[in-house]
Amino acid sequence: MMGFLWFWLVAVMIVGYVVLDGFDLGVGVLHLFLVRTEEDRRATLASIGPVWDGNEVWLLAGGGTLYFAFPLLYASAFSGFYLPLMIVLWLLVLRGISLELRNHIDVGVWRALLDGVFGLSSALLAVFFGAALANVLRGVPLQDDGYFFLPLWTNWQPGPHPGILDWYTIIGGLVALIALTLHGALWLTIKATGELAHRARRIVGPLCLQLAAVTVVSLAATIHVRHASLDNYFNYPFTCVVPVGVVASLAGIWLFNRSPQRPQPVKAFLCSCFYLFFMLAGACWGLYPTLLPATTGPDRDITLAKAISGPHTLAVGLAWWSFGMALAIAYIVFVYTRFKGKVDLGSAAH
Amino acid sequence: MTAELIHRLHFAFTITFHYLFPQLTMGLGLLIVVIKSVALRTGSEQWDRAARFWGRIFGINFVFGVVTGIPMEFEFGTNWARFSRLSGGVIGQPLAMEGVFSFFLESAFLGLFLYGEKRISKWMHWFAAFMVFVGSWISGFFIIVTDAWMQHPVAFERLPNGQFQVLSFWQLLLNPWALLQYAHNMTGAVVTGSFVMAATGAFYLLEERMENYARIFLKVGVVAGLVSTILIIFPTGDLHGKYVARNQPAAIAGMEGLFKTENGAGMVLIGQPNEETGQIDNPIVVNDLLSFLIYGTTKAEVKGLDQIPRDQWPTALPLLYYAYHIMAGLGTWFVLLMIVSAFLLWRKRLYTSRWALWALLLSFPLPYIANTAGWMTAELGRQPWLIYGLMRTSEGYSSTVSASNGLFTLLGFMGLYTLLAILFTVLIYREISNGPEPKTVEAEAVHAD
Repeated sequence: MMGFLWFWLVAVMIVGYVVLDGFDLGVGVLHLFLVRTEEDRRATLASIGPVWDGNEVWLLAGGGTLYFAFPLLYASAFSGFYLPLMIVLWLLVLRGISLELRNHIDVGVWRALLDGVFGLSSALLAVFFGAALANVLRGVPLQDDGYFFLPLWTNWQPGPHPGILDWYTIIGGLVALIALTLHGALWLTIKATGELAHRARRIVGPLCLQLAAVTVVSLAATIHVRHASLDNYFNYPFTCVVPVGVVASLAGIWLFNRSPQRPQPVKAFLCSCFYLFFMLAGACWGLYPTLLPATTGPDRDITLAKAISGPHTLAVGLAWWSFGMALAIAYIVFVYTRFKGKVDLGSAAH
Repeated sequence: MTAELIHRLHFAFTITFHYLFPQLTMGLGLLIVVIKSVALRTGSEQWDRAARFWGRIFGINFVFGVVTGIPMEFEFGTNWARFSRLSGGVIGQPLAMEGVFSFFLESAFLGLFLYGEKRISKWMHWFAAFMVFVGSWISGFFIIVTDAWMQHPVAFERLPNGQFQVLSFWQLLLNPWALLQYAHNMTGAVVTGSFVMAATGAFYLLEERMENYARIFLKVGVVAGLVSTILIIFPTGDLHGKYVARNQPAAIAGMEGLFKTENGAGMVLIGQPNEETGQIDNPIVVNDLLSFLIYGTTKAEVKGLDQIPRDQWPTALPLLYYAYHIMAGLGTWFVLLMIVSAFLLWRKRLYTSRWALWALLLSFPLPYIANTAGWMTAELGRQPWLIYGLMRTSEGYSSTVSASNGLFTLLGFMGLYTLLAILFTVLIYREISNGPEPKTVEAEAVHAD
């Protein structure tokens, strides 16, 4: 019971991270090609300026929660995914620095450089996060002692000894890149004004179609790579509401963004949140109760029962976690309401 | 180079670089609250501008602290997997608590403090500054709790699979080691904040610019500096040292370079420990002082390294000894400098005493060195243990991550952090040369938000 609970609490933290940091990563990607003027850039960056750092906290809080609830999984996965995680860390460093520092020096070359770094690191992070999830779904070559080490690539095939990158995980990266870019575009339709908002709205349609296409491909590929992903859905047919939710969310994005008289950007954005939620929850449900499948034989899978912390640790953790997250959500709601509405450049610069 | 050494260097390098930023933000967080409080009470626009100026410095440091802090949480898993697997149930908790209780709060209110001054009332802006200070100090607390458990494990049991499990939440948080270390460490952060503020004031006065602000900075910096440099030695350093001596005799013997057990042990002020001969070369020693400082009597016995099995000696003995002596020596200089400066301030002669201003200006890097040396003392003193007395460092690093892969990413971090160091220096230099005075009314409007 504690295992089931903590599995989903960690999943909620991951969803929280992807939904929140997802839009500022997406805004970062769009920043490469959607903006035309310095005014546009300032508005784009100001739309995420006060919140991106708080969004990234979800990654840290989620990582910490994973650490104490499933220490075996944390130890195995973090050391096994050593190289890509280090690259992710470097990208996070570059992204944070370039976002925060561009406005400190008013020199064209400096800004152009940091804008480029910010956009590229955002795009690469989206790809890496998608590929990371795909690696977990595909499985890793776990040894008997519960550890593994993945090279960045081997023969690009998801076999018993795959690399971080193969054709399947690249599809995962692509899904994440398109989904988060779309998510960011929808955020801009809420926050931006004028021509910029208009361009953001126009790009939503094509992105939505591309996303639908890669989503279907990725689902088929997942079933091909790991048949067991379907077991839970067959055993509990009502959970097929998850794929239905994915389709409905995509349709929702399309419709709320399209409706010609009054586009409803907030509703479209919420649909995108639901899309990310259903995709991630669906992936977690496809794994449950496995946490990290082994490509070297199912008896080496890291399962919930193997990885869960001691009962007392979990009981102590649950008490402070519930209290702390309730507080955290209160701050987050407070900040988002303070900065709600369209970006006002006069008061948003620093 | 062995994998163990590489993983140790990896963590040591990234954490040392990281801690250059939080030690300033934690100290400055408190001083900004002080300045904001004066501004609120007196309604002085000058003090408000001073607070905004330090808010900008804080903001830059905060960003560097955040981006260099994220790798730290990951490295427990990436580089220290075997340690994390066994201890995650205990030390994963304070690390996760830091995220949940501190980072959400800090990021929310910092956004409000830096970007939202025009959207909220004066009181609310003061409150935002206060919450940023509280958030940064909570963050420090959870990190200290994590470290303290590795130094002095409490409130745990071992499960059949070898994993550690927390037995009491409150005992984990109220670990006596953690409370002493926290008091000492946070005082150290205030020392850094005060010295940086006072040095900035001294810089402006010597440059004959921004003199009104310079006086504010010197006043706040010197008063906070006097209080914190005294507190860092007594009682926080004194109590912490006594606690280390009782619980980690090998660490204290290594710190003091005490090879032989002595009744009435002396304190070595200067000298180089020689591991081969078991002596201090070129020593200057104050007789009986060490016994007195630890036990309150000049004749008490202090355990030397001769009573500790060789395989439990701190692994980098000379470095431990030097780190401790650098910290203690600089601490002594800080108190002297601040007593003299505070006296001059009281006699209203500080602003015109150029020699004192020069001394304050040139001393600003020293608290960074002292804080770093203090942390090195704590962590090197714990060796060869990762969890004191329970798990050796050689049993904790990730066995699947080879020395070569570790070196690859260590070099990557070195390159990246060199770049960050250059960017940071340029930006801080720019903020300080611009100063707190807005150039035009328009610039003021932009900065205020």
